[in-house]
Amino acid sequence: MNKTVNGADEAIHDIQDGMTLMLGGFGMSGLPEKCIAALVKKGVKDLTCISNNAGVDDFGIGLMLKQRQVKKMISSYVGENAEFERQLLSGELEVELIPQGTLATRCMAAGYGMPAIFTPAGIGTEVAIGKEVRNFNGKDYLMEMAFEADFAIVKAWKGDTMGNLVYRATARNFNAVMAMAGKITIAEVEELVEPGEIDPDHVHTPGIYVHRIFQGLNYEKRIEQRTVRKR
Amino acid sequence: MLDKEGIAKRIAKEIKDGYYVNLGIGIPTLVANYIPANIDVVLQSENGLLGMGPFPFEGEEDADIINAGKQTITMLPGSAIFDSAMSFGMIRAKKVNLTILGAMEVSENGDIANWKIPGKMVKGMGGAMDLVASAENIIVAMQHVNKAGESKLLPQCTLPLTGVNCVKKIVTELAVLDVLPEGGFKLLERAPGVSVEEIIKATAGKLVIEGEVTEMVI
Repeated sequence: MNKTVNGADEAIHDIQDGMTLMLGGFGMSGLPEKCIAALVKKGVKDLTCISNNAGVDDFGIGLMLKQRQVKKMISSYVGENAEFERQLLSGELEVELIPQGTLATRCMAAGYGMPAIFTPAGIGTEVAIGKEVRNFNGKDYLMEMAFEADFAIVKAWKGDTMGNLVYRATARNFNAVMAMAGKITIAEVEELVEPGEIDPDHVHTPGIYVHRIFQGLNYEKRIEQRTVRKR
Repeated sequence: MLDKEGIAKRIAKEIKDGYYVNLGIGIPTLVANYIPANIDVVLQSENGLLGMGPFPFEGEEDADIINAGKQTITMLPGSAIFDSAMSFGMIRAKKVNLTILGAMEVSENGDIANWKIPGKMVKGMGGAMDLVASAENIIVAMQHVNKAGESKLLPQCTLPLTGVNCVKKIVTELAVLDVLPEGGFKLLERAPGVSVEEIIKATAGKLVIEGEVTEMVI
């Protein structure tokens, strides 16, 4: 059950124009930066990208936006990107903003084989427009559908050749839920090890969810807001 | 009148021993600096951390350890990491005892608007809609009036809503107010040097005043 591929180019080779991709990460943290670089190189376009954020101008999904590879973004917060703003205001880019918990749970539902979830987030707001509302125990909930993504692309700290993944600190974020949710899931890792080297009790994403895995080299792991205190 | 630090200081007094607390971006973030040392509080960051600590020392920043504002932070002993779905799971399941967030407008029935101004670039709601829809105890930290001098405490919100009937308490530079279940802002305390008349003038929504309004102690 060896899921290893040679690198990002091979991992994404069959991603086609018009597909829907999930991309893990929160801001710059836990971003699948090697696969994004390969997608930029491949030049595949008209993509729908499900990702909490849209990157900054020169890193992350921002690089794909710059090349006009993205037709639609589905995100919860997209604040930090001038090119994004330009494309949005000019109508070149379609954007669907959804609550962050709804975004995560729609991924989770896909990975758990559930068609929909009910959440109170967005009740009474424009997010609820056109959606089914159900009342349970006196409180209203919105029905939100599980995502369907052709590919989920995630970044983990460590993985084995069978696709078992371990994340590190808050870089887990959306990676762990998106890893479960793709028709095909690609994982890039900082360290690829042999089966048995990860304690089964420490696996965050079981390899059954992962179809392709490779070790990326020289991760940039950029910091978006460098905040420190004096010694 | 309170400055931002003063608002944060006053809100910190609402935090009780044993609370799990989610702090939003802006003034709410400052609240962490004023949590009394003698109480045990765990901060939740909705990108997947319980046990958020202060900013790291220079040179110890780690790209894998950030808060929901994407700032580099530290993890205190006893911290726990989880994915985004579980993070909002614990919020939805009301395990987080107190949510503190900023707002552009609050209405007298507790509606909140804090994510979108029509005609301006919209960045998104992030986790705010999930938080306000589920949290049982929501305190809003904000200025009483906007930059144009208009009240932000209104009969009804004019901006697109983030959530309905959810805000329980508001702390501004002028006052502490409860949102009454039957509607209306009940004036609890006034900021040092601020008169009740000034608060009346700055509040467009229904203001309920009962008896003497004490000056807040911060």
